[in-house]
This record gives sequence, C-alpha cells and structure tokens, in this order.
Amino acid sequence: MLNKEQIARRIARELQDGYYVNLGIGIPTLVANFIPEGISVMLQSENGLLGMGPFPIEGEESADLINAGKQTVTTLPGSAIFDSATSFGMIRAGKVDLTVLGAMEVADNGDIANWKIPGKLIKGMGGAMDLVAAAKNIIVAMQHTDKKGNSKLLAQCSLPLTGLQCVKKVVTALGYFEITPEGFHCVERAPGVSVEEIKSKTAGRLVIADDCPEMDV
Amino acid sequence: MAINKRVANATEALHDLADGMTVMLGGFGLCGIPEMCINELVRKNVKNLTCISNNAGVDDFGLGLLLHQKQIKKMIASYVGENAEFERQLLSGELEVDLIPQGTLATRCLIAGYGIPFVPLLAGVGTEVAEGKETVVRNGKTYLLEDAFDADFAIVKAWKGDTAGNLIYKDTARNFNPMMAMAGKITVAEVEELVEPGELDPNQIHTPGIYVHRIFQGEGYEKRIEQRTVRPRA
Repeated sequence: MLNKEQIARRIARELQDGYYVNLGIGIPTLVANFIPEGISVMLQSENGLLGMGPFPIEGEESADLINAGKQTVTTLPGSAIFDSATSFGMIRAGKVDLTVLGAMEVADNGDIANWKIPGKLIKGMGGAMDLVAAAKNIIVAMQHTDKKGNSKLLAQCSLPLTGLQCVKKVVTALGYFEITPEGFHCVERAPGVSVEEIKSKTAGRLVIADDCPEMDV
Repeated sequence: MAINKRVANATEALHDLADGMTVMLGGFGLCGIPEMCINELVRKNVKNLTCISNNAGVDDFGLGLLLHQKQIKKMIASYVGENAEFERQLLSGELEVDLIPQGTLATRCLIAGYGIPFVPLLAGVGTEVAEGKETVVRNGKTYLLEDAFDADFAIVKAWKGDTAGNLIYKDTARNFNPMMAMAGKITVAEVEELVEPGELDPNQIHTPGIYVHRIFQGEGYEKRIEQRTVRPRA
C-alpha cells in the first residue's frame, strides 16, 4: 500500500522539465515536495499565481499572498501574478501541461466526481470543473476505497459529475492506473499489494496482467 | 477641475445600496475582500441581497457576517466550504445558492466589463451545472452559453488607488477584484492608500479609473489569514 507521500512521489515522476502544473488540494499539493532532481516546473495556483514558492518563513507570511487552498505561500524569481479571469484563461487555452487533483469517484471511462454529495456535503466545485473541462493531461490522486471500504474506481460515478471522460491516469494506494477504452489499466501495483486485492477492490472494468510489475517508490 | 471620485468612507460610498440589490464582492477566501464595505453592509443591515463572490467568508468574518444576520437571499459562488452557518442555511432552505465553476464566475464578470452579453464555455458540460442552459455546438464540441453578470454594485478592494479611480492590487489579493471592478453599474473601491492623480505610474494601473465610481481609503484593515502555513526560521 502507498501512503499519501508515496502517491505524491509516484505522480511527481510524471513531471517533465518545463511543465506548468496545477496541483489541487490534499494529496496533489504534496507532489510539490517530490519534484525530481534536474527538473524545473512552474506551479500554477488558480487564484492568480504562476511560480508558486514554498511556505513563507515564520513571521514573513502575508495575508495578500496565498494559494488556491488559502494557505500562505511565497513567490519565486520568475513568478507572475494575475487576476482570476487570466488564470482560467490560461487553463482554458491549454497552457497548463498537467493537472493533478483529488476525487471522490472516478469511472472507467474517465468521468470524475469530486464536488458534491447531495444532501450532505455542499462545498462547491471551485476551479475543478474548469480544469477538467480544459486540461489535456489530468492525473487523479486518491485513496482506492472510501472509509467504508467501497471502491472509488467505478463503472459509473454515483455522485454528481465534475467532468466527463477527462481523467487520463489515477494513482491510488493500490497502484497506478491508466484510463483506456477497456477501462482501468493497472500498469503498476503498489508494493505488497496483490493482483487479487486490486481486482477485488476495483468496481469498474479493470485490465491487469497476472505479472503486473510492482511499483518502485 | 480633475475628475474626483473620492468619498469620505464606506457609509457615503454605499449610501444608496438598498434591499434586494445584486452586489458583487471581490476576494478569494478572505484574501483581498473589501472589509470596510462588508462592515458597512452589516451596519446598514440591508436585506434580501444577491451576492456574487467566489466564496462566502468564514463564520465570523467576511460575507459570513452578512449570512449571520440573514441579509443574503441568494449566493452565487464557486466554493463555500469553511462556513458552517452557510451550510446550515443552505440545507434548511433559507438561502438560495447557485454554485458555478470558478473560471465561469470570473469570465461572467469579465464579459460584463467588456460589454459582451454572453460567452460559450466548456466548463460544466454534461454536469448539473448545464441543466437548463442554452448550448451551442462548434467543431463537434458543445459549449454552455453563459451570461454576463448584471450587478447593481461591485465592491472591490485594492492596494493603492488615486482619486481618479485608478487601482493597483497587491499580490494574490488581486484575484476577482479587477473583473468585478469592471462589471458593476456602480463600482466602489476601497484602498489601503489613496493618493492624488499623478502619483501612480500609468503603466502600472490594473483597473483604469473609468470603471470606478467611488473610492475611499480604509482604515484599520484586519487582513485575516485563513490558513497560516509557515516554515520555521532556521
């Protein structure tokens, strides 16, 4: 099983030099801690910051400089600040190379649900619908099952959708999956996790080889 | 005589803001919110407002203060977490809420300021956001037709401004403020520092003064931080 840091570390390996990357709240934010040696990326925060730096040193934080998770952050040499319309303009125009976000459910055709549980939790979609409608390359970082043990990798999402057929890859505690016309293709399984366990905990269509390689994290 | 948009304070700036109006308010979370004007709306206790803002504040700050007094009839926002009173009023049906994608929110403000009545956008296609909306198809892709917002007042916060109404924002406190400033029938700007015309470099202006109707310098900004995240000093 992968812990949250290992999920983030595996996703960080998908980064390429020169990428502009938008990281969502939760596990996706951790990806910034594992950017591989020798690779330069610029982090886009949709509230209007390109080139997001680390958290500020104690005492230097500013209420005027936050990320989309409302955390205090810093700028870096080469950073740019802009308004929200420009921010979503660059997202819509496909300038952001990679989007990593969390999800409540993903379907085997790439549908994603992550903004609402009817009658229970109503927080809103924030920028997620804009991101998934526009991004060419979307990776979802999430747990494989919910707190009750139900699979979050489904044949069809049960919750209100955020976007249709948009997710390309999913990294969970159990493995690394690509969305293909045949469903979730498990390319790597997490260390110590059996093919059988992945089969039993994936509700959507699954393609997995008996000799599916173990992930190196 | 130079154009002078200066008013004394939030009370004068919002003197004709009345019950039932639609009001846009800048800010992302608590960053870049017009604190002085929000406090004035609380004091005036105007009711039945439709508020357009990315978020709804927290329980005891920002738009949360208006929610507490049940001044908001309808909230148009993209993300409303971190506010228990909001969730309570929503689930009990006291508050009408229109949740819309953040980029759509920004763009519906932007086109209002650009004089464009509607715009085709992809965000939300195939989701409940699309329900009841007109669509248009181009090159095989379906887009939602999203209308420009029509707001009686836009209330924004800037870092610096001059009495001609020109505005400069600081860091990510810019967020929705420039588009909203362009979108109001009446735009009120509160600034941390108000200067005379000529003191701001025209090349550095974010919002041209033509969009701003009233401007004043606020005093005693709290600038609350929602998520203070820091590294220890080495």
